Amino acid sequence: MNGWSELDRFLLTDPRDVGCAQAVEILHVYAELVAAGESAEERYPGVAAHLQACGPCGEDFDGLLHTLRDEPG
Amino acid sequence: MATVNPVVDETPGAADPIDPESAEWIGALAGGGPQREAALARLHEMLLRIAQRECRRRSPRLRIAGPELEDLAYQAAADALVAITRKLGQFRGESRFTTWAYKFVILEVSDKVGRHFWQNPAVPLDAEDWDRLPDRFGFEPAREAEWRDLLAALRRAVDTELSPRQRQVFVAIVVNAVPLDALVIELSSNRNAIYKTMFDARRKLRAALAAKGYMGHDTAGRS
Repeated sequence: MNGWSELDRFLLTDPRDVGCAQAVEILHVYAELVAAGESAEERYPGVAAHLQACGPCGEDFDGLLHTLRDEPG
Repeated sequence: MATVNPVVDETPGAADPIDPESAEWIGALAGGGPQREAALARLHEMLLRIAQRECRRRSPRLRIAGPELEDLAYQAAADALVAITRKLGQFRGESRFTTWAYKFVILEVSDKVGRHFWQNPAVPLDAEDWDRLPDRFGFEPAREAEWRDLLAALRRAVDTELSPRQRQVFVAIVVNAVPLDALVIELSSNRNAIYKTMFDARRKLRAALAAKGYMGHDTAGRS
C-alpha cells in the first residue's frame, strides 16, 4: 500500500462506526460470535466498522479472540 | 452513552438466559465464605494467566519486557479482579461469564500499557516533528515530488480546519505517534472521547483535501 492509499484509508470515516464505548460494551458478545464462526459483522456492522478503524479496540478484540481460542471452554 | 455516531446503537437488547457454568461463577462470587474465596482465587489465577499471555502477545510492539512486563500483567489481573467483582451485577448472560471476565483483563492490559508509555516517552506531548509524517503513511522519499503538495495541503488543513483540541489530538497521535491509550491518560480523558475527536478531525481533513482536489469525495454515503 502506498502513501496515498494509506492516507486515504486513514481519513475515511464510516458513519456506521459505533465508537469505542459501545464496541467495548459488547466486545465479549462480538468475540464469542466470531470465535464460533458466526456472522458477527452482519449482526453488528457498526462494531465491525469500529474495530477496523480503531487500533486500540482492534487490539483488544484480537487479544480477546486469542484468549477464547487459547482458554479451554 | 456517547458514541461516534449518535444514531447508531448496537447494544444488545434483553439479557439472555445464563448458562449453567456462568451461573455457577456468579453464584460463587456473589455469595460468601470459603466458596467465594475459592472462586476469587480461581478467577485471579485465570486472569493472571490471560494477562501474562496477552502481554507476551503484545510485547513485540511494546517497549516493555522482562520483569516490568510481568509486573504489568500482575497489576492488570489484580485490577481486573476488582472491576469484575464490582460490576458482577452488570453481567447479563449475553456471553459466557468467563468471556465477559476475559474482556476486563484485556482492557486492563491496554490501560497499563498506556500508562507505562509516559514513564519513558519517545517524544514529548508538545513536540511537532512534521518531517515524520511522510514515513507515517509510507510515502517514499524518492517520490517526494508526487506527495509534497498533498502533505503540505494536509498540514494547512490541520492548522485551519481543526479545532484546537482536534489539532492537539491529531498531532499527538499521527505526527508524534503517541498511542491513543497513552494520550487518554495524559489528557485525563477516555478512549471514546479521544477517538471521537480523531474521527471528526479525519472527516474534516478528508473533506478539505477533497475540496482541493487531492482526494475523491467519499461516495459511499459516509458523512
